[in-house]
Amino acid sequence: MVNLPAGDNRITDQTRLIKVLEHQTDPLLIGMKQIVLLGLNHKTAPVSIRECLAFSKEESIEALKSLKTFSGLNEAALISTCNRIEVIMVTDNDSKALKTAKTYLSNSKKIPITQFEDSLYIFHGEHAVRHLFEVAASLDSMIVGEPQILGQIKDAYRRAISTKTSGVILNRLFHKTFFIAKKIRHETGIGDHAVSISYAAIELGKKIFGSLEGKNVLLVGAGEMAELAVEHLIRNRTDKIFVANRTFQRALKLAKSFKGQAVHFEEIPDYLQHADIIISSTGSSDFILFKDQVKNIMRQRKNRPLFFIDIAVPRDIDPNINRITNAYVYDIDDLKSVIEENIEDRNREATKAKRFIDEAVIRFQQWHESLDVVPTIKDLRKKMEYIAENEIKKTFKSLPNLSAKEYDAISRMTEAIMNKFLHDPTLYLKNEGYHGDKSIGLDLTRKLFNLDQE
Amino acid sequence: MEIINNFTIFFYLLSTAGYVGFLFFQKNALNKAGKYFLLAGFLCNTLAIIYGFVLSGQMPARDLRETLCIASWAVVCAFLLLQYKFQLKILGVYAAPLAAVIMIISYQLPVKPVSSPDLFKSFWLFLHIVFIFMGEAAFALACGVGFLYLLQERAIKSKRHGFFFKRLPSLDLLDTTGYICIISGFTLLTVGLIAGFVYAKSIWGKFWSADPKEIWSVITWLIYAILLHERLTVGWRGRRSAVMAIVGFMVVLFTFLGVNFLLKGHHGEFTRW
Repeated sequence: MVNLPAGDNRITDQTRLIKVLEHQTDPLLIGMKQIVLLGLNHKTAPVSIRECLAFSKEESIEALKSLKTFSGLNEAALISTCNRIEVIMVTDNDSKALKTAKTYLSNSKKIPITQFEDSLYIFHGEHAVRHLFEVAASLDSMIVGEPQILGQIKDAYRRAISTKTSGVILNRLFHKTFFIAKKIRHETGIGDHAVSISYAAIELGKKIFGSLEGKNVLLVGAGEMAELAVEHLIRNRTDKIFVANRTFQRALKLAKSFKGQAVHFEEIPDYLQHADIIISSTGSSDFILFKDQVKNIMRQRKNRPLFFIDIAVPRDIDPNINRITNAYVYDIDDLKSVIEENIEDRNREATKAKRFIDEAVIRFQQWHESLDVVPTIKDLRKKMEYIAENEIKKTFKSLPNLSAKEYDAISRMTEAIMNKFLHDPTLYLKNEGYHGDKSIGLDLTRKLFNLDQE
Repeated sequence: MEIINNFTIFFYLLSTAGYVGFLFFQKNALNKAGKYFLLAGFLCNTLAIIYGFVLSGQMPARDLRETLCIASWAVVCAFLLLQYKFQLKILGVYAAPLAAVIMIISYQLPVKPVSSPDLFKSFWLFLHIVFIFMGEAAFALACGVGFLYLLQERAIKSKRHGFFFKRLPSLDLLDTTGYICIISGFTLLTVGLIAGFVYAKSIWGKFWSADPKEIWSVITWLIYAILLHERLTVGWRGRRSAVMAIVGFMVVLFTFLGVNFLLKGHHGEFTRW
């Protein structure tokens, strides 16, 4: 990467300029706009701090608007979820931008910087890009692979757009972020397999029944987890819902909310004939269903499979029922261990995802580095030279009888045209030919002449 | 002929590699590779059989070598049909190596001139052979699906969801597929047996000659008949059905090979080498 030393406007000859600058590869001299990210998440900060710093939608729009007013801060975006706050900035003065952001957090949320400073992480350049990619791909989430985070980042980006705090660099960064996050979701198993009890039960059900469509469900007892599972089942287009409860009144109420049918507690064994999935979570201290009862029912059911999900502690369903052919019993611990296995799987997939991210980070950095004056001028010149060279070759082929003198003249003319042509754009890119954000002009040039060859 | 069979084996082996790769890495490209190699092998296999047919003007099922070629053809044919109807990709890991192994065994056997010309020129015999082999291929697949069912059932019952749980389809799909295989196998076998009896009548003048092969064929038929009957009446599904499919196929194998090696009879010719 090359950098324009201060006051190099004296150099006007491009070729010389390029030659001079080609030797300056010291990264410390980079003066182009850097991406800086500052944030905290569930790993670095306790919920007491996170809740203090959380931004609502309106607040984050407000924040972006005021951050925009600080000089040296070119672009900014703010992600705030219950597990994290991330401020992404594009600036040519890292330390100042960071200070600005910290002060803003402190002032707007009215807590002293010292209270949250230790929980903050700060990433520069490549590391910031990588962090954002990882967050979006849900590698940094509390539950790896959870899908909400991508939507939350999309919202954050939308807000940055609406407040016009997202410019060339953040636009590209976010688009690449969405792209890589989607790619990882598609091509790795990071989002596969349930990591919540109710989803795990649904997945198991699918492994037994294939499709849950048209299956009947019997809910015994009540409880948040059980009801959640029933809701998932309904979403999978199960057919009838039977609800049994010790107090029939409660059964009626629940049945109504699920558009199901209330059943007396004593009727449960009879309804095993009709139900395919039984979810049980009563407060009973003893089993409510025994092996013999189910064994008899199986004959009447013509051995159609029965799936018992026992979320109760102490258990409701006799675990021996699992020994009956075509009957499957999963209690809460079984489901938990399924989840643990799935989480391990997701973590393994996360390593695969990191490879995708490494690749994307490199590609983004290449683009970002090229979004500087000298590389752009170089690329532009290279492209012109390439075109001129090809055209000259073609011309000479069709004019085989040229004298050496004529040959020279044409070559010189081509070069002159090229230099004249490049003169103004070069000046424009290098100089104060425009004000404000240089990256806009650079980006436009790169797009106009298709320098990134996309 | 020789060269075509070599190609068949080659493609079946490649297909096996594809399907095994798919089992481990779960990449769709591998499954596709397995499928296309299997198709290529199947074409070669078909060509070889047609060639044999044209060359002798008879059904090329006169010795074990030829019979095995037809057996592997039938297995692949049944698998491809099943694949077309059900998306049971994982079964390729059973069908492709099975076909490859049958072809390799056939390849090991010496080529010998066979002489039983007139016996083989009959439409009934043709029907008999084709239907019996297709039926037995369907039973072979039912057996494979049965194995998969047992694996998956074990994973779910034991609650240790390892390698197979994620890779195998639902119990319901496995059970249904096995059932379809057995129903079609049973139908084909029935037609094949009837054709065989008619052929026997035309050659030997009687439908039934209590030949060991005939007896065992009827035993096979009865086993599957019971299996189907029990499924329809009392719901023999799932594990029991899977176990029966495996046992049934063992009997099929015995009828196909064992009877010829251990017992004597007029089918001996076709499995001699």
